[in-house]
Amino acid sequence: MVNGINLALQFLDSFAFIVLAAAGLAIIFGIMGVINLAHGEFILIGAYTATLAVTQLGLPLVVAMLVGGVVTGLFGILTERVIISGAWPNWVSQRTLGRDIIEPLYNRLADSMVATFGLSLILTQGARIRFGNSIDQIATPFGAISYGAFSYSTYRIVLAGVSIGLLLATYYLFTRTDFGMRARATIQDKETAQAMGVNTDRMYMLTFGIGSALAGLTGALFAPVISMQPTLGDQFLVEAFVAVVVGGPSVVLGTALSGGVLGAILATFSNLYGTFIGRIALLVAALIALRFLPDGITGFIEQLRKRRQESD
Amino acid sequence: MSRNSANGEANRSLPGRLRSRFEGPNTIGESRGFWVGFAVAVAALVVYPAFGDGSQLSLFMVLALLGLSLSVVWGYSGVLSFGQVVFFGIGAYTFGVVSINFATPGGITAAVVAGIVGGGVSAAILGYFMFYGGVRDVYVTIITLVSTIVMHTFMAQTAGSEWAIGEAALGGFNGMPDIPLLTLGIEGASYQFIYNPFPMRIIGIGSFEISPFYYLVLLLLVGTYLGLRVLVNSDYGRVMVAVREDEDRTEMFGYNVTRIKFVVFTLGGALAGLSGVLYAARNVYIDPTVFSLLFATLPVIWVSIGGRKSLLGAVVATLAIEYLRISMAGELALVLLGTLLLVTILVLPSGFVPWLHERIVETRLGPGEAGGADAPDTPSEVSD
Repeated sequence: MVNGINLALQFLDSFAFIVLAAAGLAIIFGIMGVINLAHGEFILIGAYTATLAVTQLGLPLVVAMLVGGVVTGLFGILTERVIISGAWPNWVSQRTLGRDIIEPLYNRLADSMVATFGLSLILTQGARIRFGNSIDQIATPFGAISYGAFSYSTYRIVLAGVSIGLLLATYYLFTRTDFGMRARATIQDKETAQAMGVNTDRMYMLTFGIGSALAGLTGALFAPVISMQPTLGDQFLVEAFVAVVVGGPSVVLGTALSGGVLGAILATFSNLYGTFIGRIALLVAALIALRFLPDGITGFIEQLRKRRQESD
Repeated sequence: MSRNSANGEANRSLPGRLRSRFEGPNTIGESRGFWVGFAVAVAALVVYPAFGDGSQLSLFMVLALLGLSLSVVWGYSGVLSFGQVVFFGIGAYTFGVVSINFATPGGITAAVVAGIVGGGVSAAILGYFMFYGGVRDVYVTIITLVSTIVMHTFMAQTAGSEWAIGEAALGGFNGMPDIPLLTLGIEGASYQFIYNPFPMRIIGIGSFEISPFYYLVLLLLVGTYLGLRVLVNSDYGRVMVAVREDEDRTEMFGYNVTRIKFVVFTLGGALAGLSGVLYAARNVYIDPTVFSLLFATLPVIWVSIGGRKSLLGAVVATLAIEYLRISMAGELALVLLGTLLLVTILVLPSGFVPWLHERIVETRLGPGEAGGADAPDTPSEVSD
């Protein structure tokens, strides 16, 4: 019984971690066709901003976390304008050289990976130069609940709730609102969307900003429970990539499903054989999933649906 | 090729026919000036140890082999592998394990072969899994990235005494020390390459010591570069490039795209394995940092900045960037490297060397000058 509770809590924990790590990356990849290898560093920005807002400015924790998300979102918009779409450098070069110098990185997957890796190097090392090898951490709020001989941090349960809430909010944003409709139209057919009066340029910018803000919020949410060092983004990167790949093209549903499946695998193997084996199991599961479901879980669901429609 | 058949005279003579094997649409540098410059560059590398730090340059040349392996796989076949260091590291560890267990000249020679085969076989296994499983495009990149992280996680926890193969303990984070010195040959007829300088005396210049390992690596690098030039300009190389440009169309023309990607990926793995063997042999030590994310990205950085569709670019950029990285060991080094990478990708997506080549071709006055100014990059980037 107690072991069952342990396993359930561990599952919730893994689920929240995977979903939150992947959410921002999945939106930017799934919607814009850009792989953001600086995703871990966006998480770092959120975590550092929230922590510094608490320790230096004395803001309440919840406010500080929102600040972390907002700052990272703004940084994401800056990144999109300068690097991903090259809009600002091109504006300057149009007036000085009379031509564009940067071709947007949309749907140039390999180039977007390499460019954002450059950004990631700059951010990691920049954080190290500015703040040193670690900064003071904020305490974990809410205490712990205990059952039997065990106790568990309440905050981690809250995180699981928040991750589900964020998924629902993202799903709502992209499927039920005007903005979501325009964003999806931009993805599906840029020219037609433009003809229908959608400002596609702004859609890309905002989508990237939302993805970045989610990454920043993830960092801010995990700030109390992970150690604050310049490389903290790395520990999110693997889970994020694996979740995105296993999830497939449908962003929110894919992230939720792969968070569920991978979270279960991670929790079970970690519980039985320790965290190292848990992590290896996660990666092996991802490789096997890719071998048999090259388009991820949602791609597979899509295929099944198509087949059923054809047979009807 | 077509350019050469127009130049009929060169085609009839033996050197001309030989040269045409190395030239084609897939490499830059076809003029006589290029080959003169190439010879000058190689000559400069030959005499370099007399003036500069040859032992450091030998490391950069070892890494240039790794850069070449990625250039073939990514630049010519369009498969972006973030996992070249996996095969590099497996080659290095295999060399270490075999040579520690059989520390005789024959055993160490066998270990070199084992390392190369290890790199190739591990690439073949991963490649079979991916390409015959229908994994495409960016997912290949992500799988190779994930494999790198798997290897890093795995090798880092092999510290316990149960993680030993024969005499060789894998050593976890502490790595595997005491790898025997690189010796090639069999018992009775072998030569030991590391820390075995032999004195040279040249009348008029003086006497100095030269490192046989340096020349071994230089020979391998020049040989590999020329060999790959032949490969990418052959019919097979043309098909590789066709796969890069348009997979579906190549498939439609009746080529087995899956097999081509598989073969090239395996070849790249073997070449990365060779690089890893030399790396482990040079340092007589290997540890899991070769699987770290930073190290995994270095080949991508070299090849991107140098020009991914250019073998020469991969070599030149590896030498130049590693020189830069080592000499600016300060805190800003990574920031500058990141900025360089970012700016190159944004402004010169095709890379530095092809861009330079275009400028030279554009501005050249006579046909002989194109390559002449192109090739000496190699020594000038290294020895300043």
